Amino acid sequence: MEEVDVEPALTLVPGVAPGRGRLHFQWGPGEMLVCEAAFPGAGHGEKGPGCPYIHVLRKDQDIHLHTLRKLFNESHGIFVGLQRSDEELSGKSRKAQLVGVSKNYRSVIRACMEDMHQMAISTRDPALHNQYSTQVSILSAMELIWNLCEILFVEVAPAGHLLLHLLDWVRLHVCDVDNMVREVLSSENPSKHELFWNVVDIFVLQGRMEDARHLLSKEATANPTSKGMCKILDDLMKKMPILGLGNTQTLTEMELKWQHWHEECQRYLQDGTFASNPHMESICKILLGDENAILEKKELMTTWYHFLVTHLLYSHPAVKPVELRFYAQSSLDQFLGGENSPEPLDTILMAAFEFEIHQVIKECSIALSNWWFVAHLTDLLDHCKLLQSHNLYFGSNMREFLLLEYASGLFSHHSLWQLGVDYFDHCSEYGRVYLELHIERIPLTTEQKALKVLRICEQRQMHEQVRSICKIMAMKALRNNRLGSALSWSIRAKDAAFATLISDRFLKDYCERGSFSDLDLIDNLGPSMLLSDRLTFLGKYREFHRLYGEKRFSEAARLLLMLMTAHIAPCSFWMTLLTDALPLLEQKEVIFSAEQTYELMRCLEDLTAGKLDNQKLQDDDIETTKVEMLRLAFARNLARAIVKEGTLEGS
Amino acid sequence: MEDLCAKFVSQKLSKVRWRPAPATALQPPELFATGSWDNEENKVSIWSVGAVESVSPNGEYQGEPQLLCDIRHYGDVMDMQFLDQERIVAASSTGSVTIFRHHQSNQTLSVSQKWERAHCHVDSDTSACGGASCTGVICKNPEIVTVGEDGRINLFRADRKQAVRTIDNADSSTLHAATLLRTTEILTVNSIGQLKIWDFRQQRNEPSQIFSLTGDRVPLHCVDRHPNQQHIVATGGQDGMLSIWDVRQGSMPVSLLNAHDAEMWEVHFHPSNPDHLFTCSEDGSLWHWDTSVEVSEKTSFLHQGGRSTFLSHSAVNQPNVNQSVVSAWLSNDPTKDRMEITNVIPNPTLSVNSVDVLGPCLVCGTDAEAIYVKRQLFA
Repeated sequence: MEEVDVEPALTLVPGVAPGRGRLHFQWGPGEMLVCEAAFPGAGHGEKGPGCPYIHVLRKDQDIHLHTLRKLFNESHGIFVGLQRSDEELSGKSRKAQLVGVSKNYRSVIRACMEDMHQMAISTRDPALHNQYSTQVSILSAMELIWNLCEILFVEVAPAGHLLLHLLDWVRLHVCDVDNMVREVLSSENPSKHELFWNVVDIFVLQGRMEDARHLLSKEATANPTSKGMCKILDDLMKKMPILGLGNTQTLTEMELKWQHWHEECQRYLQDGTFASNPHMESICKILLGDENAILEKKELMTTWYHFLVTHLLYSHPAVKPVELRFYAQSSLDQFLGGENSPEPLDTILMAAFEFEIHQVIKECSIALSNWWFVAHLTDLLDHCKLLQSHNLYFGSNMREFLLLEYASGLFSHHSLWQLGVDYFDHCSEYGRVYLELHIERIPLTTEQKALKVLRICEQRQMHEQVRSICKIMAMKALRNNRLGSALSWSIRAKDAAFATLISDRFLKDYCERGSFSDLDLIDNLGPSMLLSDRLTFLGKYREFHRLYGEKRFSEAARLLLMLMTAHIAPCSFWMTLLTDALPLLEQKEVIFSAEQTYELMRCLEDLTAGKLDNQKLQDDDIETTKVEMLRLAFARNLARAIVKEGTLEGS
Repeated sequence: MEDLCAKFVSQKLSKVRWRPAPATALQPPELFATGSWDNEENKVSIWSVGAVESVSPNGEYQGEPQLLCDIRHYGDVMDMQFLDQERIVAASSTGSVTIFRHHQSNQTLSVSQKWERAHCHVDSDTSACGGASCTGVICKNPEIVTVGEDGRINLFRADRKQAVRTIDNADSSTLHAATLLRTTEILTVNSIGQLKIWDFRQQRNEPSQIFSLTGDRVPLHCVDRHPNQQHIVATGGQDGMLSIWDVRQGSMPVSLLNAHDAEMWEVHFHPSNPDHLFTCSEDGSLWHWDTSVEVSEKTSFLHQGGRSTFLSHSAVNQPNVNQSVVSAWLSNDPTKDRMEITNVIPNPTLSVNSVDVLGPCLVCGTDAEAIYVKRQLFA
């Protein structure tokens, strides 16, 4: 066993006084049942348990949040799409495809976040508002982490381009300042607004040069004295070399230009061009990458990773992925200044900057209250072929382990279980076993639901589960006296034993009532009649009745005899069959030939001989009379048959 | 495909239905109802789709359906039909049948009539009554017909508390769906692949006619009747096969068409454009079957060739015209080139449980908790 990374969280079971009650628990597939146990002797022989409640503890809390269902459903579609996607695509298009998938996941998180935000605004209940707001911040943190992972692990941007992606990342996620920008821009005279320079600073810090220059021009027109300075600063911003995404210039060219520009800024700063305006002077310092000048704007950046990116932008624009970890660590230290210890989010981002994928996933698993995030992220990274080397000391691999956990959570949900199936399908090692165990535990409330579960099992050749589901449904139908339905279910499961049982019920009903129920079913058995001997007999026996009803006596007679001689009919039913022969024997014309009559007689003797040994005493009068009547009828028929056959041969 | 709009609604949908348009209206439908299943709390909800051209002030295209109101429904919604403009009849897995009224003035839903245990299993020992799923309803104001897992057929009137007519044990297996054939005749499909016609004029509790797929006993899940030609019926089965029947003749389907890979849950002829048919399935696909290509050729041929003689032979010609239109669905050899089939939903994942079409609009609901609306079916 490895050591635990964090102390496990303590869950208090309500209603159980600490120290008094003894807890008893039982593991379930996605949850745990907890109750206060009453041990014999503990309560002076009292019978009732101390606490009348059973508590359900759930592992994956977030699965049960109604508001996240949209996230689960939409991401399920993306997940399935990713598994089906073409592995064979060559390097570049495959990468574009994976980045696309990653962006889809992020847009789903964002959509969910916006919905939740709307709900937080519209609700009047403060508790609910708090709950939604917390969810919004969790989702926004997830999206932040995902986006960074996308840039570093999926996109794998090279030096130069890397910084552009990081800038976009910061612009997208540091949105606290957006309100301030809006306020200033919408004021009557922006340059006179007290937050004017803050906004300019924000634009500069985020590398949004166009926006910053636009604001500066407003200042220039409003304040003629600083026009010259504005012009120079504007010029510097305009000239700042940037490696465009579609640009073909090489890194060395870019670095040369950068050096040039840097020296120009240095010159202006040193000859005191901006000395009269502290705002512009500090901007010039920022452009030069002066760490202290940037750190002064801490309030405007709000986070250390914003600081990191700004610092990189003005000091190391061509930063390589491998160098990131050093800058990240020093930025974190400088920004927090030893005052605050890093929060979980900081640790996760730091791990990402250090390219420690496993650390990222581990920290996320600990910090987040759901498996959704780590399961999907790990799956995506696995498709990027980044996780091959890592093996767990349990289970198969990390991707599969996390997917199994997530899907198990889905299966513990009342309605989301259907989504879990596809996740299990894509876990090559244990997915099948998990699915088998979980699918058996789905409550089959209606036939329609049973059909859906059955389809899932049939598609995966899970014969054992198919049998089990059909049996459950057949039993339910049987208990409800729906013999027809019960038979259909057992035929579908090819369950011969159960079909026999139901056929017996049909025959018993017939013996009691003298007529068949559910003729529409029995008449249409078709080839499924061959499933069990008893079912065959039921079908054939019904056919006999139909032939008899249609007055096709000789065919009926032949069938009846065959049922006994071929031993299709169960022995217990022979007497009924022989009795059925009576009306045929009493017809005007001879139906049973002499030979057939001999066989009938032998059947009767077999039957009575078998009974003689043990059951004679129990035979009541009716039975004896029946046998007597049959014997008489056979004898008379035999006589008529011999005469008729003799006559026919003679003529 | 561009105008296909999806909305995730956080409940698994079992039924979607357009509100019928008033007879005089020519606009496309605006409201639809959905019913959910397999949720801890199921609902019947009313949604509105904005008009096609509606654009909100900030320039955003208001394509998404908006929830107007919803109401709790006990048990899964197994089937649902509009009785009229305001009333919806919902069948529940608990065996009850409920009429909900949609108050359009204040956008609320209320229960206006409920038949508890319209379908139930009677325990032979205790004669206690346990609810059995009601699987299908037919509405023809004011009459309502329901069928269920208990094999019973009920005939209700919206204004009466008691059932007008009940046929117990009408079927020994589960009745999956029903459709109105003629004013007093209904047609049911069951789980052993049979179609049965029931005539309410007859007092006998026996079907007046039985059709079946030979031998296979493949359960049938849905049925719909051609809106103009009452003898043409389409059914969908467990194997995803689409069968077309002519109930005037023979007891076998006229044509069997390989369609979906899993259960076909619903089949609908387009109500005003019956050359088009829509089917949806457990395999997550929703198909649009179009036979109009062939029909239009034929009718135009008839019109050109027959125009000169049309007047003189009008009496003789009339049935001929009918015959040719019929053949679109009843031709014995529906080879592929005559029928155009398109899948409406891209990247299918989970089951499409229900579809409804009205005018140029289509709506469907899935187990992936999404509603899809398409507003230009024939564009």
